[in-house]
Amino acid sequence: MPQTAGTLDSQQKTTSRRPAGTLYRGNTGMWSWVLHRITGVAIFFFLLVHILDTALVRVSPEAYNAVISQYQTPIMGLGEVALVGAIVFHAFNGLRIILIDFWNAKYQRVLFYVVIGLWVVTMLGFVPRHLINVFSH
Amino acid sequence: MTSTIEAPRSPYTRSTRKSGVNWEKWGWIYMRVSGVVLVVLIFGHLFVNLMTGEGVSALNFAFVAGKLASPFWQIWDVLMLWLALIHGGNGMRTLVNDYATSRISRGILKVAILVSVVSLIVLGTLVVYTFDACPAGSPADLLPAVCSTL
Repeated sequence: MPQTAGTLDSQQKTTSRRPAGTLYRGNTGMWSWVLHRITGVAIFFFLLVHILDTALVRVSPEAYNAVISQYQTPIMGLGEVALVGAIVFHAFNGLRIILIDFWNAKYQRVLFYVVIGLWVVTMLGFVPRHLINVFSH
Repeated sequence: MTSTIEAPRSPYTRSTRKSGVNWEKWGWIYMRVSGVVLVVLIFGHLFVNLMTGEGVSALNFAFVAGKLASPFWQIWDVLMLWLALIHGGNGMRTLVNDYATSRISRGILKVAILVSVVSLIVLGTLVVYTFDACPAGSPADLLPAVCSTL
């Protein structure tokens, strides 16, 4: 029966497809998802700390200055590079997710490389200037 | 006694919702809408605090108080506070739903997320709106420039 053969064919086609052929399993789709989660968690925990340290402006200028000076050490300066890197990736990949949802999912792979490209450009603009600010003081 | 075994990979049946708000849908929409706004707010925040002038080395009470003395940055920071904490809290809730395997651990973790998000929103909002850029008795060299012109 041609009808049955037709359904079997399409089923074989979907089940024999390599994992890499799906949106979220394997390759760019999966790794952008993994990175989005990891950067999201990291940013969330930084946000908790950052609100607490900023709240010290309500305590006294001395208390705030004592804590904010900890952000100006070389080690924390490198940490800020990692933080900004995480935020910039999460931001651009979040916009990529919105485009996948509302525009067209078939561009997800090329959009991932656009995200990486924009991330590199943004970090090239940020990192040298930031490291000069950190290490020249 | 007979028990029915469903065919493999048959879609699981959700309890049919007769009425009420679809909170998961609104959560999904919130992540996208707040995300777009947060890109603007946080990129602006990072640019002003880390890229202009001497960047992170110039941050101190005078810098932050000078910003928070203006309604523009008050609204900017409070918007960022609310949008980012709810966005982050909802994201953490998604991870807990995905990775916490027992009902009890999911409950505990989600209550912990809710408590931290609500308390930090309250704390942050109070700080911004009860904040005094020129606290009495503080040395003038620690204060923003606006204090000396008062």
